Amino acid sequence: MISRRDFLQTAMATAAIYGASSYGRWGRLAAQQRITQDDLLGVSPFGNVTLIHLTDLHAQLKPVFFREPEVNIGVGANRGQVPHITGDAFRQAYGIADGSADHYALTYDDFSALAGTYGRMGGLDRVATVVNAIRADNPEALFLDGGDTWHGSLVCHRTQGQDVVDAMALLKPDAMTFHWEFTLGSDRVRDLVGQIGFPALGANIYDAEWDEPDEDFAPYTTFERGGTKIAVIGQAFPYLPIANPNWMFPELSFGIREERMQEVVDEARAGGAELVVLLSHNGFDVDKKMAGQVRGLDVILSGHTHDALPEPVQVGQTHVIASGSNGKFVSRVDLDVRDGRMQGLRHRLIPVFSDVIAPDPAVTAAIDASRAPFLDELTRVVGRTEVPLYRRGNFNGSWDDLICDALLSERDAEIALSPGVRWGPSLIPGQEITVEDIHGVTSMSYPEAYRTEMTGEFLHTVLEDVADNIFNPDPYYQQGGDMVRTGGLAYRIDVTKPQGSRISEMTLSRTGEAIDPARSYQVAGWASVNEGTEGPPIWDVVEAHIAKVGTVTDVPNASENVQVTGG
Amino acid sequence: MQLDRRTFLVSGLAAGGALLLAPGAAQAMVDEAVAAFTGGADVAEATDLTLTAPEIAENGNTVPIEVSAPGATAIMVLAAGNPNPAVGTFKFGPLAASQFASTRIRLAGTQDVVAIAQMADGSFQRVSREVKVTIGGCGG
Repeated sequence: MISRRDFLQTAMATAAIYGASSYGRWGRLAAQQRITQDDLLGVSPFGNVTLIHLTDLHAQLKPVFFREPEVNIGVGANRGQVPHITGDAFRQAYGIADGSADHYALTYDDFSALAGTYGRMGGLDRVATVVNAIRADNPEALFLDGGDTWHGSLVCHRTQGQDVVDAMALLKPDAMTFHWEFTLGSDRVRDLVGQIGFPALGANIYDAEWDEPDEDFAPYTTFERGGTKIAVIGQAFPYLPIANPNWMFPELSFGIREERMQEVVDEARAGGAELVVLLSHNGFDVDKKMAGQVRGLDVILSGHTHDALPEPVQVGQTHVIASGSNGKFVSRVDLDVRDGRMQGLRHRLIPVFSDVIAPDPAVTAAIDASRAPFLDELTRVVGRTEVPLYRRGNFNGSWDDLICDALLSERDAEIALSPGVRWGPSLIPGQEITVEDIHGVTSMSYPEAYRTEMTGEFLHTVLEDVADNIFNPDPYYQQGGDMVRTGGLAYRIDVTKPQGSRISEMTLSRTGEAIDPARSYQVAGWASVNEGTEGPPIWDVVEAHIAKVGTVTDVPNASENVQVTGG
Repeated sequence: MQLDRRTFLVSGLAAGGALLLAPGAAQAMVDEAVAAFTGGADVAEATDLTLTAPEIAENGNTVPIEVSAPGATAIMVLAAGNPNPAVGTFKFGPLAASQFASTRIRLAGTQDVVAIAQMADGSFQRVSREVKVTIGGCGG
């Protein structure tokens, strides 16, 4: 039954065979409630090179609930294309049975009920077991970390990434690339890069002053595995200095740098690489475009946009693989590389069901050791929820609504703005809300909850600007986050319009009155990229609010205030 | 390579205004600059001319760009949406080892950066790249 769910492609000598795929189902197993670790990990031998891809862990070292998006709109040529399908359409596309384990892992609906059946996912100690099992099959397998690893939890923030670095060291990664890591400050990143003992890659990590590659980050590294010379190129998140505070890494410049990528691929090929892998934090649509523009990439291991896809997406001769986030999935890619080129690929998106895959004791011990000094704080109960709390999706999730409510009430504002990030684990009804849970959706190095005045005109400009970063039809102009979350502010958005005309009918939700471009509004928000922003950390604001609310029974749903057309 | 530094500095810095010109007015100034450079000759789509610029500027006040056109005698660069679109013209003498220039320009807002090369045979080529200037903030 395992072979049925493997994505198997052989005889790739002819391009015509590219694109043939088969994706079997968990449905039968799930219905019988007997998924085992062997079902998840066992495979038949294939090829001579194995890649293991983990990305966007966001410091979630312990298993979590993580609800996939309900709204994930694709624009331009990507409208209706994966990963921009959700729920039932997603299950139809991949032949996933309703109520199955894959339904729970890969789609959003019935999340709370299925979470009760299938439990939490991820945990770096479970990921370690997956990695070890693959290495038992192929000791030369390469384990590649796509970045957004040293960010996203209370302990990671307090230890400046050390907890994740120490636990991850036990999994012995072979290379990694970066995004949120740089919000630790570039000095700290360079310090950790000095510790990790494996290559820190980024072909697009440049010195800002000289516009030349930064020497601490190699563009690529080569491995000899399975008798094959493999080049692994890194690509950090291109828009770090725009989406995150540039003052935390002022000496660095990033960017897509497509021409540079072609140069690096050509150099690797000229150096004898038979297989070229891009370990990318571009985001899926950017990677898809890059696959069509840059010649000579065999595999793109895609990160940043948190998409989990059961099959590779093929663009020309390049296979783009999306491995999810938060430790929910590990991708195993087996490749047949002979006569100087890739002849076949088999891919498997392994869902990390934490109750099925046994934790690796050494990794559990390392995680628990790093948590120990903070354990009382992490486990302190602030409140309780009777509704699912989640974030992932183009517009407000219930966590966002709760955070916006906290900003409105605790900071006495008319309008709240909360960043459209894609990280932050979910909670299911009946769960207690702990300090750890609050930090899981707010943790960052620039958490100040500011309070300021903005005119209606400026608010419109902000919404238009952010919308274009998501809905620009050219992926190279997208930054990969979601729409800024609003509290107290309703609006209509037509995602198909150009910048400046997507947002209309902005109203104050409380009164229903139209936003006056000339009037100033009291706005509270957090995660400003501007240096010197003042205010209490957002997690304190949210904690104070939840402590007053006690039990979250109903989040006034700000997402109902956003009317979307063109999706 | 002969960079007309004085022209570059004057025109580049003059672009510091915060406002973008109305499209019509900006287009007229671009057309005028192109006509002055080409003498009204036909301009083909670029085959040997490349313009490298970021898709989204990290800092609109200093945007790195590169132009390269093997065999060119001159390359003019315009910031089509700036109050003064002229950025500069790079001239390459017969002894120039390569026909390549890189510099930084200031962009008043999202706009096209345009490069026009005059080739050794007197023909002209044109390429443009849109550079977005954003207020940024919420990527995740």
